[in-house]
Amino acid sequence: MLSLNVNGKTLEVGEDLDPKTPLLWVLRDTLGLVGTKYGCGVGQCSACTVHLNGVAIQSCQVPAESAVGQRITTIEGLSAPGATLTAVQQAWVEEDVPQCGYCQAGQIMRATALLARLPKPTDAEIDNDMAANICRCGTYTRIRKAIHSAAAKIAKTGGAS
Amino acid sequence: MSNQPFEPNPYLPEYLQKLEVERHEQALALSRRTFIKLTGLAGGGLVLAMSMGPGARRALAQTKAPSAEVTLNPYIQIRPDNTIVLYAKNPEVGQGVKTSLPMIVAEELDADWSKVEVRQAVIDAKLYGPQVAGGSTSTPTNWDPLRKAGATARAMLVAAAAKTWNVPAAEITTENNVVRHAKTNRSATYGELAELAATMPVPDAATLQLKPRSSYRLLGKRITGVDNTKIVTGQPLFGIDYRVPGMLFATFTKAPAIGAQVKSANLDEIKKLRGVKDAFIVGQKGDHIAFSPGAPALGSGVAILASSTWSAMQAKKQLKITWDETDASSDSWTDFKAQAKAFAAKPAAAQVLGQAGDVDGAFAGGKTLDAMYTYHYVSHADLEPQNTTAWFKGDSIEIWTPSQTPQAAVDAVAALLGLPKDKVTLHQLRGGGGFGRRLANDAVCEAAAISKQAGGIPVKVQWMREDDMTFDYYRPGGFHSFKASVDKAGKLAAWQGHFITVSRDGKAPMTAANIAPTEFPANVLANQRMLQSLISSRVPTGPWRAPGSNAIAFAVQSFLHECAVAGKRDHLEFLLEVMGEPRFTVADNLRALHTGRAANVIKTVAERAGWGREMPKGSALGLAFHFSHAGHFAEVAEVSVDADKKVRVHKVWVVADIGQVVNLSGAENQCQGSVVDAVSTAMGLKITFEKGRVEQTNFDKYPLVRIDKAPEVDVHFVESSYPPTGCGEPAFPPAAPAIANAIFTATGQRVRTLPFSTEGYTL
Repeated sequence: MLSLNVNGKTLEVGEDLDPKTPLLWVLRDTLGLVGTKYGCGVGQCSACTVHLNGVAIQSCQVPAESAVGQRITTIEGLSAPGATLTAVQQAWVEEDVPQCGYCQAGQIMRATALLARLPKPTDAEIDNDMAANICRCGTYTRIRKAIHSAAAKIAKTGGAS
Repeated sequence: MSNQPFEPNPYLPEYLQKLEVERHEQALALSRRTFIKLTGLAGGGLVLAMSMGPGARRALAQTKAPSAEVTLNPYIQIRPDNTIVLYAKNPEVGQGVKTSLPMIVAEELDADWSKVEVRQAVIDAKLYGPQVAGGSTSTPTNWDPLRKAGATARAMLVAAAAKTWNVPAAEITTENNVVRHAKTNRSATYGELAELAATMPVPDAATLQLKPRSSYRLLGKRITGVDNTKIVTGQPLFGIDYRVPGMLFATFTKAPAIGAQVKSANLDEIKKLRGVKDAFIVGQKGDHIAFSPGAPALGSGVAILASSTWSAMQAKKQLKITWDETDASSDSWTDFKAQAKAFAAKPAAAQVLGQAGDVDGAFAGGKTLDAMYTYHYVSHADLEPQNTTAWFKGDSIEIWTPSQTPQAAVDAVAALLGLPKDKVTLHQLRGGGGFGRRLANDAVCEAAAISKQAGGIPVKVQWMREDDMTFDYYRPGGFHSFKASVDKAGKLAAWQGHFITVSRDGKAPMTAANIAPTEFPANVLANQRMLQSLISSRVPTGPWRAPGSNAIAFAVQSFLHECAVAGKRDHLEFLLEVMGEPRFTVADNLRALHTGRAANVIKTVAERAGWGREMPKGSALGLAFHFSHAGHFAEVAEVSVDADKKVRVHKVWVVADIGQVVNLSGAENQCQGSVVDAVSTAMGLKITFEKGRVEQTNFDKYPLVRIDKAPEVDVHFVESSYPPTGCGEPAFPPAAPAIANAIFTATGQRVRTLPFSTEGYTL
């Protein structure tokens, strides 16, 4: 039995669960939080990006047992259902970033962590972080634009996203 | 409309070509009749509520519309609160049709887009005609039927208002979900009129007034994707997200050598592993090497069913299978290259696909040059690995999948399981990328067969990335050998293309491995010849974004640049000269190459990129044009190359003539993405195989481009009075040759292999 803190809630996950199961599959199959995506399973594409204590990590590379006692945030935890979207989510919609949309949860999680650390990132700083994530559809031009736009939104509202 | 037989896109698989021809014939029949009721399938899929048969009614009922919603036709429901539900008929795999097709309906309906909710339509040919995502056909084939669907419903709303107010319909106007009669200063919302409108007679197609473009309120605007809020909040949308209560998670393991059969496997050991509920051998059924979306495609393999995806994947790694390789492929890319070299040396022995004029005379009289181009196989690499959920229920089956050919998937499963087609229900889910991969229904067949063999347990078959990369219907690799003659004036005098491609039967090229005898520039030159030689292969091939064009354009547009250089000509001027006088290359065919439209986009892109401007040492601009999917696209790439052959693609300018733009944001996104995809594919992507085994298994060996190496992309659509054409594919082909041509101008070195990394050029 593992006790995980996901999106502000403490959740007990099953007795028959292999504690070495990657966090990705515990989120998707055990907890039904399917916003976090499987793309490669080998830490190459970052479709599985979530936050561990506010830091962007690849959940396919983290055994569930090592996430015990840490703060896990998934795409479902950024804004409550029906509530106002975060600045990053809003920018993604306004700039019409997604094509297929499959990688975008991972992109948004990494961009959110980036802006928490560097509120006004340069293009080079964006490249440095976001190069971890693959977008097979090639929406990079818009991802860059949306990050700048989200940064401006956050600056305007004084940091609250 | 022309009376000539319609020529479908030569690079589409037979399945899609048939749909293109059927659609064309329906449109032709419609245009020849003067007085038509929009009933049955006239107009390619518009059926009105009034004329729906019991089957169609049942299918529409699947949408579980609350009774408060009034159905005006299969595309439109209106609620009393004046909101509208529009049904998106085709699969969404990232090409944007779930937004753009309903926009076409909304325009003619005069709907208020902010009050529109879009839902995925049920899969039913009786209601919607062909439901396919392929060949960039969704927009052109649905343009007329969807406009008419919107206009018909609008006319019925107007008729309802005219009856209520007792005024002439001609005096009534509509705007943003409201019907008005100015003279008497009366208005009513669509929601208020819907119930009465549904009882109005369905107007004749001939009397429908479609809007002139000048009065469009929605088309051509930037509209954000209808699923974007769900996407950015991580709601379940995709095939991989779907769950049925009691469902098991399955992996399926096929032979490393294509065509091998399972002899035996350590099933007893596997069944003891944590989380594993069952494991069994599945026999081959149908032909999984041939690309055939509507036929059973089930390879021999081992299914493992477990309580979680991870358990199934872990158990898969413990599998020990003995394979019977009697019928397995032993194909080798190294061997293919050697065969191609031998073929290229003997053009006289090749099959002549087409010729015109005096090619040999021109070769004898001018300066000749020759070159051989090579392009590797590539994988689709959809970011969402193939998957399908299936639930076999004895005499029927239910399927949830992100197929690009859902109707064909129903046919394939029915044939595979021996069920009548109406016992196969398919629910269309969003696909995490398509690029042509999901036109094939092999994963659907696997899920159906495994659910049945497991005794009717609902099962989600989930491919691992390694399965997805090693079992694909790849973009075929191939070779293109050229000879051309340039006369004293630097004019292209003759052209010979020798296309060396793969064939399974030794008679015809495999799917998407063919070339049209009239492929540019054969269709614009007086002296030309197209030759073909075939290499025997069993590596599965299929349509991959801009099939045919995605490699042909690289070879043709690069060699044309070689000709321009040989003739000491400016590339821009040379390319325009090759186009010649403005004309259709196929008379009266609006979907054929028009040299005037081509010249227009070529000139415009040159202007926007500043063609001819001074460039720093090691930097250059490269130009290319390609026509495909009825779209005219010219692109310029700005590239720099250092002494270590490190390449930077700084910017790519795209200028396109795709007729009327439907969703400006979506169309631009497709072009930007196509260019990024082309940079990936041109610079570093390849699939190779030896002894029938694919050598690249995951993204560590398949370097898709990332944000730090992606170019800036400038997209411009020229004003065009033509009807709209699809935009998911045609921006791809010109990018690779534009980059290669820029590399030549910057370095003096000609790159003749896709990907360029094969020749030492890297990002």
